[in-house]
Amino acid sequence: MSIFSMRLTPTVVLAAGVWLISASVSTVFAVDIKSVTSERGIKALLVEDYTVPLVAISYSFKGGSAQDRAGKEGTAQLLTNTLDEGAGPIDSQTFQVRLQDNGMSYSFNAGYDSFSGGIKTLKSETADAFELLRLMLNEPRFDVEPVDRMKASRLNRLKGQETNPRSIAGKAFRESVFAGHPYSRPGEGTLQTMADIGPADLEDFRKRVFARDNLVVGVVGAISAEETRAMLDQVFGELPEKASLTPVPEVEPKVGEVNHIEFATPQTNIRIALPGIKREDPDFFAGYLANYVLGGGSFSSRLYSEVREKRGLAYGVYSYLGTYDHAGIVGSGSATRADRSQQTVDVMLAEFERMAKEGPTAEELEKAKKYIKGSYAIANLDTSGKIASVLVAIQNLGLGVDYIDKRADYIEAVTLEDAKRVSAKLFGGKPTVITVGRKVK
Amino acid sequence: MNSPKSRTKLAAIALLAITGGWAATSLLSTTQMTAFAASEKTGPEVTSFFLENGLQVVVIPDRRAPVVTHMIWYRAGSADEPPGKSGIAHYLEHLMFKGTKTTKNGEFSSRVAAIGGQENAFTSTDYTGYFQRVTPEALEDMMTLEADRMENLVLTNEIIIPERDVVQEERNARTESNPGSLLREAMAAALYQNHPYGIPIIGWQHEVNALDKDDAIAFYDKFYTPNNAIVVVAGDVDVETVRRLSKKTYGVVKRRAEPGTRKRPTEPPPRAARRIDMADARVRTPSFQRLYLVPSYNSDQDGEAEALEILGELLGGGSTSRLYKSLVIEQKLATSAGSWYQGGSLDDTQFGFYGSPRGDVTLAALEEATEKEIAKLLKDGVTEAEVKRTQSRLIKQSTFSQDSQSSLARIYGGSLMLGLTIEDIESWPDRIRAVTVESVNKAAKTYLQKKRSVTGFLTPETHTHGKEG
Repeated sequence: MSIFSMRLTPTVVLAAGVWLISASVSTVFAVDIKSVTSERGIKALLVEDYTVPLVAISYSFKGGSAQDRAGKEGTAQLLTNTLDEGAGPIDSQTFQVRLQDNGMSYSFNAGYDSFSGGIKTLKSETADAFELLRLMLNEPRFDVEPVDRMKASRLNRLKGQETNPRSIAGKAFRESVFAGHPYSRPGEGTLQTMADIGPADLEDFRKRVFARDNLVVGVVGAISAEETRAMLDQVFGELPEKASLTPVPEVEPKVGEVNHIEFATPQTNIRIALPGIKREDPDFFAGYLANYVLGGGSFSSRLYSEVREKRGLAYGVYSYLGTYDHAGIVGSGSATRADRSQQTVDVMLAEFERMAKEGPTAEELEKAKKYIKGSYAIANLDTSGKIASVLVAIQNLGLGVDYIDKRADYIEAVTLEDAKRVSAKLFGGKPTVITVGRKVK
Repeated sequence: MNSPKSRTKLAAIALLAITGGWAATSLLSTTQMTAFAASEKTGPEVTSFFLENGLQVVVIPDRRAPVVTHMIWYRAGSADEPPGKSGIAHYLEHLMFKGTKTTKNGEFSSRVAAIGGQENAFTSTDYTGYFQRVTPEALEDMMTLEADRMENLVLTNEIIIPERDVVQEERNARTESNPGSLLREAMAAALYQNHPYGIPIIGWQHEVNALDKDDAIAFYDKFYTPNNAIVVVAGDVDVETVRRLSKKTYGVVKRRAEPGTRKRPTEPPPRAARRIDMADARVRTPSFQRLYLVPSYNSDQDGEAEALEILGELLGGGSTSRLYKSLVIEQKLATSAGSWYQGGSLDDTQFGFYGSPRGDVTLAALEEATEKEIAKLLKDGVTEAEVKRTQSRLIKQSTFSQDSQSSLARIYGGSLMLGLTIEDIESWPDRIRAVTVESVNKAAKTYLQKKRSVTGFLTPETHTHGKEG
């Protein structure tokens, strides 16, 4: 329940690595997925659909901010701003004009584990759109003027984050939970590291990470298999065969810390962490269903009912399974007035404990299953851009082309015993609790 | 974590995104809504009809996926609130989930969740909307539930008092925690000297604190009636099914009120430029904003809104715009700079400028440089080439909205709420194409006058540093 108002601040973004494409699919929905391989051996999944004259492409390279070199944190994210600032023989302004005249929409995104991107283009403009994408990925110029300009903008934002309670809480969270691991480093960089990044660092990152052996692609829309193959070779065919990634170690989240950060703000931000579960874990769906009951279901979870509905303590309260390539966490959070923050933490932790002890009820589990099965198509398969993202996720996680059809069976297979056992494992333990706000006198 | 720049480029699309769930800070610029209306050649076949009780129903088929978006829109926004009751439209929106004569508190939401559906609601200055996204076989259930809560809402103090705390926490999260939001609130209050758009949608804190059950019921009884609402169904449906289901469900709801024409207090001619200087200890990076009072798509004459749409984009929409090129790239005075037009409101609306200084540049210098660009525009006007490029870009982008049934539902519902017609929405690309250099220049000269404006400076409050960070 939200307010639409003009020009509010950007949408809340949860921590990187959170299981965003909460893969689940209803069996009633048949997506006709083709596997396509180009002449140069680049693979993609394709869903052909000519209803709307658009083509959407999503792609992802394994290797994200965790690949930033020490002292150059923020490189991957700065790359997201600089790939479109001139490429090949075309300078920054001319390139921007070409992109805008083409009318394509495009984005780049750097998480800890991958560098991803997507475009959406009119069918009639694909030739130029593919060429522009090829130039951005293969021949970005990184001229000093635009790089400095993008750095100035990022430095401005980093300064602003120093007094943003959510950023303060997020930083404390990752530095505590992932202490000593690349996931503890700031993906967005710091004032110091961002200032130190230059064009050579951007090119160094691009060369190490943009390759063919760590690439997956999803294509949706008014495009044939033949056209897709040609596009794959055109856009990605000249990339190096192999990426050169620094291995990222597995990390067991460190928990049990209670940390209050004093900050003058009308609302105390609360963050809770426990060790979680990785996506490939056979218990993943049991954990996913249990978390839905605890705090994943937006208007119907236990946390929502206890914190918001019954007590009016907060506008938002949630929990999630954060799945990284090399770690899994359970995260939870809320925000409330300082004088009610301890009460809110207590209520949240009591729900964690209850869930650990008793697990979900049979009825709750049934409801969770229905939701998780039914919501997939509704949430993830209604626009071509979203379907393209699903195609990328399926490949990244090695789930198989038939995953969309099989997923409901995986969910159905979870028993109440499984859910209880996994709840005890996930929600027991002594969590880390971080609060950012005013001390209560 | 999208980069800030690519987010800007995709902003227009992001603005349309339906963001369900608690954490969703939904953004909606109805300007962009209109801007992203379906293009005329390949757009959807939209049908509209009225039930006998006055309810309008709009159907937008999109058969690609077995999903339907069901929305109901009420012509009841924050600008329709009685004096002293700010926030009641939004508070009522929360309370609409609290049960009816035949459904329990929270039952609506749990029934939506039980079938994997998504739902949410939103309040703006001019309307309140509710939506569910479900599989087609659940449409009748959704209509039944929505029709039920149009007339059978039951509120008790036990339920509504904690919810008022929730709304206060929502205000804390959106506004009180964010100096930029506080500045925008203060600027809107200064821009509108008489019209209720100067009052924040979520309400002033002290007034929200005093809202009670009677206030909510009074607002509900005045505005929640079929003849004051529009239902939009987009997705995997056909018109006949929607007609049959809507008659069966909404058709049995009686007219509960006659809200009459929407007439709010109007603005006097603006005579004095206003300034808002806000300092806040939490500010690390100063920023500059300016708002001008301008006509909306509904309140304009002779295509002024379309001309302002082109002007906002050409002057400050993205990295090839005049302001960005001059202030950010060439003069290196700013890390960001731009302008926007918010055309989607019932009454006169806002044309805005913004900028953040680079390095040690002062806000005064940034304001001066912005004013120089405005002066140059007023003196020399825009070029034919600039207008052509902008037209072509806006029209191309509008096709993207066809890819999302939610976006289409929102575009149609939101525009109809503002008094526009389906024909207005469908002919939008033609009207954008018809904008001339002269009409853009005329709109700029008429409306970008300083006396029509409020300038806002947001700065760090340096003297309290070190005490509480």
